[in-house]
Amino acid sequence: MSVLVYVENAEGKFKKSIFEAVSYAKAIANQLNTNLVAISIGNVATADLENLGKYGAAKVLTINNDQLKSFVNQAYASIISEAAKKENANVVVLSNSFSGKGLAPRIGVKLEAAVADGAIELPQTDGGKFIVKKTAFSNKAFALVEMQSENKVISLTPNSYKVVEGGTSATVENFSFEAKASDFRTMIKEIVRATDKISLPDAELVVSAGRGLKGPENWGMVEELANLLGAATACSKPVSDADWRPHSEHVGQTGIAISPNLYIAIGISGAIQHLAGVSSSKVIVVINKDPEAPFFKVADYGIVGDAFEIVPKMIEAVKSLKANA
Amino acid sequence: MKILVCISNVPDTTTKITFTNDNTEFNQTGVQFVLNPYDEIALSRAIELTDNGNGTVTVINVGEVATEPTIRKALAIGATDAVRINAVARDAYFVAYQIATFAKDKGFDIILTGRESIDYNGAKVAAMLGELLDIPSVSIIKKLDVDGNTAIVEREIEGGKEVLSIPFPFVAGTAEGVAEWKIPNMRGIMSARTKPLIVVEAVEVKKLSEIVKFETPAPRGTVKLVDATDPEKLIDLLHSEAKVI
Repeated sequence: MSVLVYVENAEGKFKKSIFEAVSYAKAIANQLNTNLVAISIGNVATADLENLGKYGAAKVLTINNDQLKSFVNQAYASIISEAAKKENANVVVLSNSFSGKGLAPRIGVKLEAAVADGAIELPQTDGGKFIVKKTAFSNKAFALVEMQSENKVISLTPNSYKVVEGGTSATVENFSFEAKASDFRTMIKEIVRATDKISLPDAELVVSAGRGLKGPENWGMVEELANLLGAATACSKPVSDADWRPHSEHVGQTGIAISPNLYIAIGISGAIQHLAGVSSSKVIVVINKDPEAPFFKVADYGIVGDAFEIVPKMIEAVKSLKANA
Repeated sequence: MKILVCISNVPDTTTKITFTNDNTEFNQTGVQFVLNPYDEIALSRAIELTDNGNGTVTVINVGEVATEPTIRKALAIGATDAVRINAVARDAYFVAYQIATFAKDKGFDIILTGRESIDYNGAKVAAMLGELLDIPSVSIIKKLDVDGNTAIVEREIEGGKEVLSIPFPFVAGTAEGVAEWKIPNMRGIMSARTKPLIVVEAVEVKKLSEIVKFETPAPRGTVKLVDATDPEKLIDLLHSEAKVI
């Protein structure tokens, strides 16, 4: 028996969410008294693969060829499932990234495994059970899912489990498997990445703004504050609906759900649909001129006042904080 | 072009979520159920793609008779016909298995789902359907265009997007941006009553998991307010007290 973790790379590099997934998978392996094996698909430097040992992987399997250079949902799912079978892994862990969301269900079907999507804590394994906590009802509740099948697939919500270091270097082995031709029916035509921006689902800090900013021309101070903090920018639904900001920045019930360490909401009233997407943020700061704005009820810190006066002062304060650091 | 759109019946987005029976069941008392917003956007795109007699749109739902108003809503928006698999939607695997069983010999070119349902947020049915039918799937798309027997889709990735070409048949989960929301008109509402809605009995599916308990988030403490004249204080608190910057 073993635990298998899929280590997704972004252009050959592992992001923090992957170290979280490896640390999480290692903790599950400890709960089950077994080893952790990682599988990497695509081109990653051997040193980076060995380095996964630091987070608890004993062995790292790696497979790469021309067809596998970029993400191919079906083929990747076939490879990960095959690795799970060869390594006799009953538990497969992935990061609940955009690609992970496409892989976990397919692996689940292949292994006839229960799939816990978006886990936020280690499983409870008392009494021989295996219960995983995940968010439900768009962050308005949590569901405890008992995984009853022998095989289990768990995708971990980014930024919900701490990276744990301490292990030594992992051994790296080549993994060979020929995915069938029909696994390669989709073709990537183009990949566009905004390299100068921090991706919202991975961001630890997020600065978000709403209709209170009055127009897209006023986003300069939001971006400046975000840049200074190393934060991603986000917005509310009315803002993306009005095309002030792109849909990819819309957080909330019908946008994306995030759980950063810090969420700063500027000029957002806090409708229940918006709160659904951000309520699992660790610290929430609200700046709004309306003291009755519902957002203050779920905030940790707040300022009642005019964003156009407050945000520039926050920018100056962050600058002097950085200067004295 | 034959399109199948999978729809689910979910609590309205403004619903206050509570549980009964020792927190093991969702409390449906007084809850308004609606067509899942992401499924509605999938349906809207399907209708746009089949405009002017360029194909048919079938909607399918796994649910008991109580979900029929939601199915009629989908017909009013413009679906051609509807199928209801008569069973409680136990979980994503159960739902995907029922839909795959129905769809496998019907020759659908495109199968659409919403990116996720707003109740259990699993985002699993699209990829499970793809696997069960052994066809490609793409989980979250923001754009879908058709060129002959191939679709060009835009998939969301961390910090950007990926453009893919996918041959028919395939499954895709749609997000906001894929279509304009459609509001049913009076003609749609009238004709929805007489459009075909067939009911199919469910097949047996192995049970893999079960929700054993729900929890509601712990209430946050009261907000610490900082005076509007002193935003420096806020930054200081975030640095020295909350330790997040």
